[in-house]
Amino acid sequence: MNVTRGFTGRPRVHDPGLPPGQYDAREDWPVLSAEVTPDLRPADWTFRIDGLVESPHTWDWDSAHALPASAYDGDIHCVTGWSKFGVRFGGVSLDAFFNVVRPHESATHAIATSHTGYTANLPLADLTGGRAWIAWEYDGRPLPPEHGGPARLLVPHLYFWKSAKWIAGITVLDHDEPGFWERNGYHARGNPWEEQRYSGD
Amino acid sequence: MPRFAVPGRIAVNGRAAATWQTATLTEIRRETPHAATFRLAVPRWAGHLPGQHLQLRLTAEDGYTAQRHYSIASAPDGSGHIELTLDHVPDGEVSGWFHTVARLGDTIEVRGPLSGFFAWAGDRPALLLGAGSGVVPLMSMVRHHRAAGLTVPLRMVVSARSPEELIYASELGAETTAVFTRSAPPGVPVGRMAPAHVAPLMAEQPDGGWEAYVCGSNGFAEHASRLLVAAGQPVERIRIERFG
Repeated sequence: MNVTRGFTGRPRVHDPGLPPGQYDAREDWPVLSAEVTPDLRPADWTFRIDGLVESPHTWDWDSAHALPASAYDGDIHCVTGWSKFGVRFGGVSLDAFFNVVRPHESATHAIATSHTGYTANLPLADLTGGRAWIAWEYDGRPLPPEHGGPARLLVPHLYFWKSAKWIAGITVLDHDEPGFWERNGYHARGNPWEEQRYSGD
Repeated sequence: MPRFAVPGRIAVNGRAAATWQTATLTEIRRETPHAATFRLAVPRWAGHLPGQHLQLRLTAEDGYTAQRHYSIASAPDGSGHIELTLDHVPDGEVSGWFHTVARLGDTIEVRGPLSGFFAWAGDRPALLLGAGSGVVPLMSMVRHHRAAGLTVPLRMVVSARSPEELIYASELGAETTAVFTRSAPPGVPVGRMAPAHVAPLMAEQPDGGWEAYVCGSNGFAEHASRLLVAAGQPVERIRIERFG
């Protein structure tokens, strides 16, 4: 242990919900997108799943909203160090979308693409089983554009760069392909509980 | 449908990114009432490109650690030293330690450099827009441009609340336009960064166009990136680093 002289830090609060190396951002919700926030209206938003699926499908705003509503109440964790507790997102479980397109047996991974061209890769298992959503509401209101509105991917059990803003589509693959940050030195999976921040972690 | 994502500029050294190293504080320089520069000796520093950042870790006696990401202010110079310029954030446990406790000879831990996205290799014309301590990674680019005697065009527009709050004021040269939002020197208007600051730079656009780098708060980044888009800068050639 390499103790820093004179460093005491914040009062210790034992918080079992805080992954290693994270701090509680409380009311803050930092915006860290690397690109220009797009001017995307709900009427222009589409979401497509293709790749290794039985029947590729594209939803628009209304047809996506016709799927069963589902909410996430819980925490989110950003690789830059902040976590935010007790957030509430509304949208549709990704399982509802996958039930329509039906991934092939050979499918193992996926790449999520934003309307800006941003990408993030994920194991398919992280997108299914009630652990991932297409979210368009935050705290009961429309998701703000700088936070990914009109709709973003939400995969809250991984670092938040995986939850691609302005989600445009998911391509199902039988192998892993690095996305935007993953090509820029970040970890392929990004599990905050194992502190998988960078590619060497 | 989707435009192509802005590509990363360089490959990142995974081993350098994963390995914590001891850094020794060798110099402290005050920049403004709220910001100071901290020079660190990192003997095994792998080298960086302007615009990259590092992760920094402080450890308390009971093992509690605090980690933060900071942009590197110095140009890559092979000296085994790097510089960080930190705002003193109210109640900031890490910046507070640097500004009120740290003294020469203290050791901390760093790892990096990290992320190839905001890096500038000195190869493309660079248009830099920053506000507050958002000038830090941009200054690394300006310093590199000067130190390496580069001829590729580089222009910077920086926004500060007042002349006293303008970081690196004495180092800024003809490549830089300063914008003051609260108080300005005599004869200089007070106001936000505006189309009038960006338009002349877009008009003198070099061959191949500008690669734009924007750094600051989210509010500034949204404002400045909209100015660039409105002035005709392609969105896929705007790289944004937001504080958070």
